[in-house]
Amino acid sequence: MMVEILLDATIRAGTSILYATLGEILTERSGIINLGVEGLMLIGALSGFYVSHITGNLYLGVLAAFILAALAGMIHGFITVYLRANQIVSGLALTMFGIGVTALFGKKMIGIPLNGFQKIEVPVLAKIPIIGVFFNQDILVYFSYITVVILSFILFKTKFGLKIRMVGENPGAADTAGINVYKIRFFSTVFGSGLSGIGGAYLSLAYTPLWIENMSAGRGWIAVALVIFASWYCYRAMFGAYLFGGINALQLRLQAMGTNVSAHILQMLPYFFTIIVLVIATIRLEKGARVEPEGLGLPYDREDRR
Amino acid sequence: MKIKIVKRSEQNRFVLVIAPFIAILFSFVIVGIFLYANGLNPFSVFKDMFVESLGSFYGFSETLVKTTPLLLCGLGVALAFRMELWNIGAEGQLYIGAFGASLVALYYPINNHFLMLLAMFLSAGLFSGIWGMIPGFLKAKWNVNEIIVTLLMNYIAILWVDYLVYGPWKDPKGFNFPLTKQFPDVARLGYYFDTRLHTGFFIALVLAFLFYILIEKTVWGYEIRVIGNNPNAAKYAGINYEKNVIIVMFISGLLSGIAGFSEVAGVTYRLQHGISPGYGYTAIIVAWLARRSALGVLLVSFIMGVLFVGNDALQINYQLPIAFINAFQGLILFFVISSEFFVNYRISFGEK
Repeated sequence: MMVEILLDATIRAGTSILYATLGEILTERSGIINLGVEGLMLIGALSGFYVSHITGNLYLGVLAAFILAALAGMIHGFITVYLRANQIVSGLALTMFGIGVTALFGKKMIGIPLNGFQKIEVPVLAKIPIIGVFFNQDILVYFSYITVVILSFILFKTKFGLKIRMVGENPGAADTAGINVYKIRFFSTVFGSGLSGIGGAYLSLAYTPLWIENMSAGRGWIAVALVIFASWYCYRAMFGAYLFGGINALQLRLQAMGTNVSAHILQMLPYFFTIIVLVIATIRLEKGARVEPEGLGLPYDREDRR
Repeated sequence: MKIKIVKRSEQNRFVLVIAPFIAILFSFVIVGIFLYANGLNPFSVFKDMFVESLGSFYGFSETLVKTTPLLLCGLGVALAFRMELWNIGAEGQLYIGAFGASLVALYYPINNHFLMLLAMFLSAGLFSGIWGMIPGFLKAKWNVNEIIVTLLMNYIAILWVDYLVYGPWKDPKGFNFPLTKQFPDVARLGYYFDTRLHTGFFIALVLAFLFYILIEKTVWGYEIRVIGNNPNAAKYAGINYEKNVIIVMFISGLLSGIAGFSEVAGVTYRLQHGISPGYGYTAIIVAWLARRSALGVLLVSFIMGVLFVGNDALQINYQLPIAFINAFQGLILFFVISSEFFVNYRISFGEK
């Protein structure tokens, strides 16, 4: 059925962005902007692919993607949290670094086929019309649903999550309350980076089980934009990621159907669409109460505390 | 023994000057390790980089050829940085400028050499200026994050040029390569000394000089600096923030667009796929390292030009990917912003 085919493609195209958006939400909730998502996704995609290829185990690949992206995120975390450097420049540097390093080490991986994650049907649920599509996916998609729930729970229902949000809203007050601002921010950046890495691994292990240079193709930036669209909430991120996935699926569908519109023009749609969504989300946010973490983007220095 | 981080009461000037050099040195060491991990001898790779880019008259001229777009884009990004606007869209603006120039060169038969180039220049500047103005407008009107918008617009601009060179503008005699037919002679910038060094370089120098005058010597330049330093104070002084955001983004986009004009009119003589190997992204580093000054942009874009020419040689001699230079530049940025810590802080060792 046409709707189900499109919905299936929507979920598949949205999942990698969902992971990246969730990672960025965690990081930004603690007050750190990470513009390195694009680079982290590439690091995740390559390390996931490489480790899966040499070990023959896809799960080890996902683990490697998480760890390596987290390690790369550690650079950003160290420089911005402890050295109090400009978060925007550091993030851009991380993206450039990710693009370059994966091109350098990935050269030998180009053209190698890989047997990626296969679909696993969830009994009963997969039989429901339309909704069933959500339950006939690969394991990484299921894991993404769980991540949304868990991350949202941690951020909004636990003491630890409260600390993260406090550090992002008002690091000075958090510090006074005895919270280690540096540690929390560093942890959030590193863990968030790891999640972005899994987003990259989804591309190279499930979406198109291959390594292609620069294969994230701007999804990292779309994720950064979706954080604003989601107003820093996990469930809305899910909606945003699938919205983007839907546009992408539609675009690919139109290409496959052989419309008169050039493939290059169709490929512009997701970026164009993301800008529109960003503008609408920003206007909405500006009008209502600000939901952006108050301390976002500002380095914290104990000595400057008033 | 206890390690303590102490904030300096004032910036250390010596560290301020020396820090970037040490930072660049560190990035060479790390890149060397990466190269070694890839089975290459880092010393011979670095030697080749410098010999190719600086070791001969021709190599030097090639470095200036690569310096040209970096200088222009660097000026554009630096201007936006002046008022704390993050224009990360220089790459896309370059593509749109190249499109604007090509549109005139390919479809408007002007027979006068000077008039043709002037028309291409203006068309490039107009298209890229408006392209840059869009995120400026969104920022001024609704405070839309300009970083994300400019960045996403890069992808759109590159796809637009790809659409043209793979589609309607494709040269029918081009053996199916993604490029347009060559520009007529009147649409080409002159070149010098039997090298590829072209008039675009001198245009860039003139624009760098104008940039300096505009920013350092005019009232408007002063306003821009005030906004950058303290937007609230600027508002009290009656400076129109919104209007200036739009104007600055227009000029910023225009400068990067001129880089696109200079590349098609001076180097490739046609519009083609992948016209820039990331000049627009490098421009961000250039502007940051230059601390936003015109002379700094000139100096740093030359250094980055060396890296680009060197990288070309490495592609041929060692089959290193083009994106290798990205890793290098990312590391330089990491180390430079880390080094800035030591300008503001000092680490003291001693008994508690």
